[in-house]
Amino acid sequence: MAKITLDNLAHSYLPNPKSEDDFALKELNHDWVDGEAYALLGASGCGKSTLLNIISGLLHPSQGRILFNDRDVTHEPTTQRNIAQVFQFPVVYDTMTVRDNLAFPLRNRGADAAYVAERVQQIATMIGMEDMLNRKARGLTADAKQKISLGRGMVREDVNALLFDEPLTVIDPHMKWELRTQLKSLHHEFGHTMIYVTHDQTEALTFADKVVVMYDGRVVQMGTPQELFETPQHTFVGYFIGSPGMNVLDASVTGDKAVIDGTEISLGQGFGTPTGKVEVGVRPEFTTLASGDVGLPVTVKRVEDVGRHKIVRTDFKGTAINVIAEEGAEISPDMNRIVFDPAGVNVYSNSWRVAPQGA
Amino acid sequence: MNKTVNQKAWFLVLPVLLLVAFSAVIPLMTVVNYSVQDAFAGDFYPLDDKLEWFKQMLESERMWDALGRQVAFSAIILAIEIPLGIFVALNMPKKGFWASLCLVLMSLPLLIPWNVVGTIWQIFGRVDIGLLGYTLAALGIDYNYTQDFYAAWVTVIIMDVWHWTSLVALLAYAGLQSIPDAYYQAAKIDQASRWKVFRYIELPKMMGVLMIAILLRFMDSFMIYTEPFVVTGGGPGNSTTFLSIDLVKMALGQFDLGPAAAFSIMYYLVILLISYVFYTVMTNLDKRDGH
Repeated sequence: MAKITLDNLAHSYLPNPKSEDDFALKELNHDWVDGEAYALLGASGCGKSTLLNIISGLLHPSQGRILFNDRDVTHEPTTQRNIAQVFQFPVVYDTMTVRDNLAFPLRNRGADAAYVAERVQQIATMIGMEDMLNRKARGLTADAKQKISLGRGMVREDVNALLFDEPLTVIDPHMKWELRTQLKSLHHEFGHTMIYVTHDQTEALTFADKVVVMYDGRVVQMGTPQELFETPQHTFVGYFIGSPGMNVLDASVTGDKAVIDGTEISLGQGFGTPTGKVEVGVRPEFTTLASGDVGLPVTVKRVEDVGRHKIVRTDFKGTAINVIAEEGAEISPDMNRIVFDPAGVNVYSNSWRVAPQGA
Repeated sequence: MNKTVNQKAWFLVLPVLLLVAFSAVIPLMTVVNYSVQDAFAGDFYPLDDKLEWFKQMLESERMWDALGRQVAFSAIILAIEIPLGIFVALNMPKKGFWASLCLVLMSLPLLIPWNVVGTIWQIFGRVDIGLLGYTLAALGIDYNYTQDFYAAWVTVIIMDVWHWTSLVALLAYAGLQSIPDAYYQAAKIDQASRWKVFRYIELPKMMGVLMIAILLRFMDSFMIYTEPFVVTGGGPGNSTTFLSIDLVKMALGQFDLGPAAAFSIMYYLVILLISYVFYTVMTNLDKRDGH
């Protein structure tokens, strides 16, 4: 178990990176606190797996250092870092039994046989494979194999960190839930530092204490699920988290007023005079439909009832705006305006959030 | 859907039957025919005991000796070529220009016709003009494949290893290429040693192609004729007279067609038997994969 520090870290797959665009992982300074569970969330190709592989030592970073408990491990090979990592697709040793698979990392470290037997039994119970221990791993189903991979990742108690690279992709939905819950309880029990890479927001938000959102090789925000929801630091976080994502509209902002395509709205707080590409972002949860002449004029396109609430798709001069209305709410045809709750309005300059300066 | 009976459909298999008859059945039956008769000066005389040639062959020390040499030869070249081929494959570059270059260089020996290979080594090993023979002689090593039993065997074996190890290496390489990176990464994470990576990842993944390599090399080496014939002519004495060479001596040299035919059939059955065993083992390996 360890605190993991990334110091000035960056990685490019090209031998001679010239511009910032050549970097798959842009310069990064970050501490992963010992014993916390992190989710690394982002779209495919945003550098999540690159970051994970650098931490485990499978990749050597182009620049910067990695420290485990303040000890520089940048040049140490994977085998010396004592890291556990589970990959997207199951990796099992076909010719071994399930038992030998689970015992493999422990035996490689020369663990005592009695301890190995006991630990393997514990892990097998956890992944629900006690009755399969003597079977050959060859020919098991994909999700059984992935459970073995997970088990092999968790079998060592003294690992510095547990890394998961989209481990539940091949698992059945109901089993996903179960395994995720088990991972969480495992985390509470043993307090490993865990980093869980995923592109599934539900998975990230339910698993982690802290969610790290990556976009285009950069960490755009790190925070609790609530922070990501209420104050997305980057428009990408707004889009990516939430269902549907945040409404982002081009605007010009002066003080506490924003003009969106000719309509002035009040922001409730002052934002100074942000420059560059200015946008206003409001989550559908903070958007309500109204009738009258206050708010943005829209036409309602479609209402989707998803059970817990209704998603209203509206059109504002060619831009889609989504509204979440309560399940019981009546959507009448004369509702032609939308109103933003000032508490949920964020202002962005060049995609980055502008901090409010008070009323 | 109702199936209708139409016996004319049998005509559709006729071309295949004809083809197989001419390519396999008729030549084979000719040999069977020779093996149960006494052919002499163009005439056939029936044997009192139809199995006489078979019995004679089974009691013939000459055939057992040739079989012994043949088994020894196949065993030795398999024992060298399979591990060596795996070793070469493990050390080949995985991708890029050097990988392509290696592949091209390695396939070269496979493209050379058998008797050219024989001629190359025949000349290469000659003490008077061959680079290898001359160099060894100059170093004071007594090497003469035409006179010395060991020199002849070593030459024939090295020739086969030179000619065919590439095949094993290429097959093993193909097997290795199909292993996803994640396996190697997982092994690093699990802190497995290089040996364990080979034993538990690379070897199991190569098993299928290795079985094919062993089967091909076994069959080919068990039937080898041209190369040793060109290099040593079966000598010195009978020391490199393998089954095929002996068979040709018997059939064409001595014109003992009956015994040679009986010999051929037994030779064929032995290869068939061993190939069948291989096939069964291989399909069982596949079956284990399937469950």
